[in-house]
Amino acid sequence: MQKASSVAKTIDRAFHVAAGIAASSPVVFLAGIVTIVVIQAMPSIRFNGWHFLTSLTWNIGNVYGGLEHEHGVTAASGASFGSRVFIVGTLASSVIALLMAVPVSLLTAVVLAYRTRGALRAILSTLVELLAGIPSVVIGLWGMTVLTPWISTQLGPLLSRVGGVIPYLRGPVGTGMGLLASGCVLAVMTIPIITATTRDLLLQVPTLYREGGIGLGMTDWEVVRHICFPCIREGFIGAVALGFGRAMGETMAVLMVSGNAVNLLPQNLYSPTSTMAAFVADQLDSALTDASKMAVHALSELALLLMVLTVATNLAARRLVSLGRRRQWRTGVDAR
Amino acid sequence: MTGRRRRRRKMNRFLGWGCAWLAAGLVLFCLTDMVGTVLLRGLESFHWRVLWTTTSGSSGGLANALLGTLWLVAISVAMAAPLGILGGVYTAEFAGQRTARVIRFTAEILSGVPSIVIGYFAYLLMVLTWGWGFSALAGGISLTVIMLPYILRSTEASLQQVPLTLREAAWGLGMTRFQTIRYVVVKPAMAGMATGVLLAVAIAMGETAPLLYTAGWSTMNPSLQLTHQPVGYLTYIVYKYIEMPFPDAHALAYSAALVLLMVVLLLNVAVRLVVGHAFVPRFSRGRYRDRKTTEGLGERRGKSSANAVGFDCGRRRVDTEAGRL
Repeated sequence: MQKASSVAKTIDRAFHVAAGIAASSPVVFLAGIVTIVVIQAMPSIRFNGWHFLTSLTWNIGNVYGGLEHEHGVTAASGASFGSRVFIVGTLASSVIALLMAVPVSLLTAVVLAYRTRGALRAILSTLVELLAGIPSVVIGLWGMTVLTPWISTQLGPLLSRVGGVIPYLRGPVGTGMGLLASGCVLAVMTIPIITATTRDLLLQVPTLYREGGIGLGMTDWEVVRHICFPCIREGFIGAVALGFGRAMGETMAVLMVSGNAVNLLPQNLYSPTSTMAAFVADQLDSALTDASKMAVHALSELALLLMVLTVATNLAARRLVSLGRRRQWRTGVDAR
Repeated sequence: MTGRRRRRRKMNRFLGWGCAWLAAGLVLFCLTDMVGTVLLRGLESFHWRVLWTTTSGSSGGLANALLGTLWLVAISVAMAAPLGILGGVYTAEFAGQRTARVIRFTAEILSGVPSIVIGYFAYLLMVLTWGWGFSALAGGISLTVIMLPYILRSTEASLQQVPLTLREAAWGLGMTRFQTIRYVVVKPAMAGMATGVLLAVAIAMGETAPLLYTAGWSTMNPSLQLTHQPVGYLTYIVYKYIEMPFPDAHALAYSAALVLLMVVLLLNVAVRLVVGHAFVPRFSRGRYRDRKTTEGLGERRGKSSANAVGFDCGRRRVDTEAGRL
């Protein structure tokens, strides 16, 4: 047998090292992102303290006026950074999105898994995945030109008439740009995520379980409702959490349809709002004009907060999904 | 009595399936309405002229944005593809179980970081601290961070579908690890790896948020200068020009959306058609699909060829589930 030449061995070792370096790049990038964002957020954390989470007003101060010193850091006079509006906006729009997306995607997944097969299933699944591939800015464009006019002229008036007793459904509908529009746009973006994951979970439910249900005389709907849904519960909750994380971090589509409210908590379903991600994207100019750079640091703190929220949600979600996937299905009779 | 009960159950069944089909219809309606709107209005306002004129004021063409998008994607692919593919190879072929888990975990977290945060990070570090200004390189690097986890994971997933017996045969012939990978393992995994890269390109082309703070905007065609020169890109036109009050600007925004959507959809469809539906690693930004193939090489070595049942040259996903039932 011929032994590997020394050249081949050197190449092998070099490749091993190169691949190792490349494999460490996600760690490097992640560490870099966290370090930079935390360091840049420090002045803002010292300047604002807990006030940052509770205050409603975001005001970069008089950028042409004097500078103000507080807690050892400098900001434009009158500056105040509070992110409560954006935290509320982020959570509210994501929750509204999920309220719409969860039933729709669960039912769509049921259709994909149990009511279609062969070419039809492949085509429908591909279409749902294509929806996930549409750039968010195009979804925002659709939201701006199709969705918001529809909300302001049809859906809004209808909802406020039908659900007039519920406080959040009442009230002036306005331009249609606001919480409801953001929720709809986010729903469109989360539906493909939840649907694809749920469909795979449903396909993993053992046929024997479903056949058992049929054998007991259940209708096919009862089998889905009472056997398949309980089977996929953990995984499905994980999929929903995954969608939630995605919805919170979404920027462009929300930026285009939310109405970009500042210093204003949403009063009803139609009032303008803003999310953390959209606000960071929106504030480029303020970051450029503030001489004390405190606006940059405050946005950095907002970005940090957003990152912590989404990463925590994602981790929890992945944990749940993998719990649901790893589940060992026991089928048949124990032949012991 | 039993008749009423039976009728109620029948009603429930119809109601349930009715709602299900309605939901599926709603999703399809959203998709067609979206694509249809962009197609219709885009075709109305599209003119071939826009492909080779640059933007000026609120009108003009898309040449600068088109070239800018290509330039940014080229930069980011040049960085993300080698890093992701090599990283995926390392995770699948060299790393022990624990290392592989750490890499996979970080890649997952990285893919869950919102794109605007990545853009803002690049702004803080490169545009401000390193003083590159709005530039192609800063934009390219933030797109790299977004693409990297997808490429890494799809490479790893497709390599893991290659059965251990192939490697064992190669090792038995006296090949080194590198030779095994280069001559034996990569070939069947190629389709999956290419798919991962192409889908990452599609994602990168549609990104806006990470570029707002890094690439800036320019109405001039991009030069080859990497720093200190802002670059235009297609998604910026869609976002900014639709908010302008001029019909010209709207027409330009629709044209840009049309071009963007066509390229991204064609890329998606082509990848799926060429590679075959079943194998495409389906994930979008923020979503990872954990395969059944979570074991590293170390663990696979123990299981040996028992794992290779159902392998189909990387074209189709191994159906481990069917085997177990």
